[in-house]
Amino acid sequence: MNIHEYQAKQIFAKYGVPTPKGIMAESVPAAVKAAEQLSGPIWVVKAQIHAGGRGLGGGVKLAKSIEEVRTLSEEILGMTLVTHQTTTEGKLVQKLYIEEGADIKAEYYLSVVLDRKLEMPLIVASTEGGMNIEDVAANSPEKIVKVPIDPAIGFQSFHGRELAFGLGITDKVEQKNIISFAQKLFKVYTENDAEMIEVNPLIRTGDGEFLALDGKMGFDNSALGRHPDIAAMRDLSEEDADEVEAAKYGLSYVALDGEIGCMVNGAGLAMGTMDTINYMGGTPANFLDVGGSANAQTVAKGFEIILKNPNVKAIFVNIFGGIVRCDRIANGIIEATKITDVNVPVIVRLDGTNAPEAAEILKNANISNLIVGNDLGDGAAKAVAAAKGE
Amino acid sequence: MSILINKDTKVIVQGFTGKEGTFHAEQCLAYGTKIVGGVTPNKGGQEHLGQPVFNTVEEAVKNTGATVSMIFVPPAFVGDAVMEAAEAGIELAVIITEGAPVKDMQMAKSYATKHGMKTLGPNCPGIITAEECKIGIMPGMIFKKGSVGLISKSGTLTYEGANQVCNEGFGITTAVGIGGDPIIGLSYKQLLPMFEADPETKCIVMIGEIGGDLEIQAAKLIKESITKPVVAFIAGQTAPKGKTMGHAGAIVSGSAGTAAEKMAALEAAGVTVVVSPAEIGKAVTKVMANK
Repeated sequence: MNIHEYQAKQIFAKYGVPTPKGIMAESVPAAVKAAEQLSGPIWVVKAQIHAGGRGLGGGVKLAKSIEEVRTLSEEILGMTLVTHQTTTEGKLVQKLYIEEGADIKAEYYLSVVLDRKLEMPLIVASTEGGMNIEDVAANSPEKIVKVPIDPAIGFQSFHGRELAFGLGITDKVEQKNIISFAQKLFKVYTENDAEMIEVNPLIRTGDGEFLALDGKMGFDNSALGRHPDIAAMRDLSEEDADEVEAAKYGLSYVALDGEIGCMVNGAGLAMGTMDTINYMGGTPANFLDVGGSANAQTVAKGFEIILKNPNVKAIFVNIFGGIVRCDRIANGIIEATKITDVNVPVIVRLDGTNAPEAAEILKNANISNLIVGNDLGDGAAKAVAAAKGE
Repeated sequence: MSILINKDTKVIVQGFTGKEGTFHAEQCLAYGTKIVGGVTPNKGGQEHLGQPVFNTVEEAVKNTGATVSMIFVPPAFVGDAVMEAAEAGIELAVIITEGAPVKDMQMAKSYATKHGMKTLGPNCPGIITAEECKIGIMPGMIFKKGSVGLISKSGTLTYEGANQVCNEGFGITTAVGIGGDPIIGLSYKQLLPMFEADPETKCIVMIGEIGGDLEIQAAKLIKESITKPVVAFIAGQTAPKGKTMGHAGAIVSGSAGTAAEKMAALEAAGVTVVVSPAEIGKAVTKVMANK
């Protein structure tokens, strides 16, 4: 789960991670009022969406007067922001963050992520703040400092020194400040089960203070149960409506731009099914994992979600019944076609426990647009042919 | 022969009396697995599925001599269960539970390693030595005894792959589902050499997914030290680019973890890489014929 910049900064504030003062606003008058409450003479008007690259997309602008805050808020609020991290359709800006301008002497990059190879959290920092960190890693990897931290010992002073010296920070006050900043940010990471925290840019002011000018946070969904305060920060309007709806029924759905709807049990097999359709010359319309316990209801919901997409010309149901018996799934599919009006060819491949019985049930059901696939390859081929109208 | 487990392996179940634990322990017993007991706090002294229940793993190990634990406890208690197993001298913990917090797994795996305990999973189907011992949730009947070792990140693709291999007439020595969580236990790196050393395994099937770089590490290892033929499939060639906010994750491993990148690395290591999982069985037949 991801959260907005303003929410990340609320969490930062709780842990004493320094940030410029700011207020979230959902309307132009609220934005103006926020600016009046903050000190000038410069304010920053920032679009709040769950994606990076907002500045380049025109979603972050400087205002030199309250009047300009109003003009810019009118401009940004309600705009559709397209960045390198959004889809081409972009994201609607529904919230603004009005922030005091800061005295920027230098810009850095700082993040905390899980290093999957070391199996521990890693602080990644760079003197190239404000840049796309992927470009920095590709073009000047020597400018990236990495400090792994074993959770068994936590953030120690030597970690801080490695970071400060790695960034070439030699002034003693500045060293103390960057170490304190990183130590607190690391605490935010571990205590909240964050998946990643990214501060880009992290700035140094004329007074040698370090401030988080931006803040992105993502959380481990499996741990949200023990952080109800963070779970409450979820903004459903930032997520795909169909994906959210599917999740309510235990389905994992992602829309794609092809023609063959897919319904599969297990994420790996679901991806493998999409790959097979592609390999056979077709295009998958979605990823849909019905999970381990597919039944009539989940299958019906799956059909409903897949068929919302007008591009779908055929549906390929590919279930490898393990503990779940195929004959039950076959009955589920028949039940589902009664609940939902399925107006495209449905290719069904059921394998695993009780597969022969399932084939018999499907055959006897006499559903006109139902085609049986004998195995993964055969089912995918039939789905590709059906989508082409063959 | 096989790897890690066989017909004599003694297994206990943590979360024995729960719904999932009960159902799957029953299935394992029916398959012939030597489940010698289980652990559920405050139910010690009772009997469940004809086996003794203990309050602690330590007690269970002392009384039964079990070396493997199959873990079914709820997600929030997985870390604790794994550390308890490690402390009690269990040699391999098979963690089936889905949704364990990543932070807990970091701690638990690090502790397990310190105690010399191997872990498998979490969020995996488990491990099966065909017709001998099943420790997990896979449908036992599709795994016929044979000569192919299988390692997979995905549950249903394990079944798909094993089914094709068996339909082609080869059968399985041991099949291992390693799971696809950010922190996992045994992986290709440890399992490939085990299959290499197992005289009965003639060919290895490895099934990977997009994300991370375990398959890239595996490719390096295969090139250096695996002489048996390997057939691989990487799921997710057509998956949309991840919708992540930050991109620091990719920087850490120095690789984007795409299917194309992994397939190229495996091909360069001499692995037979198939583009569709529907081709796994046929590819095994081909490499076995060329041997």
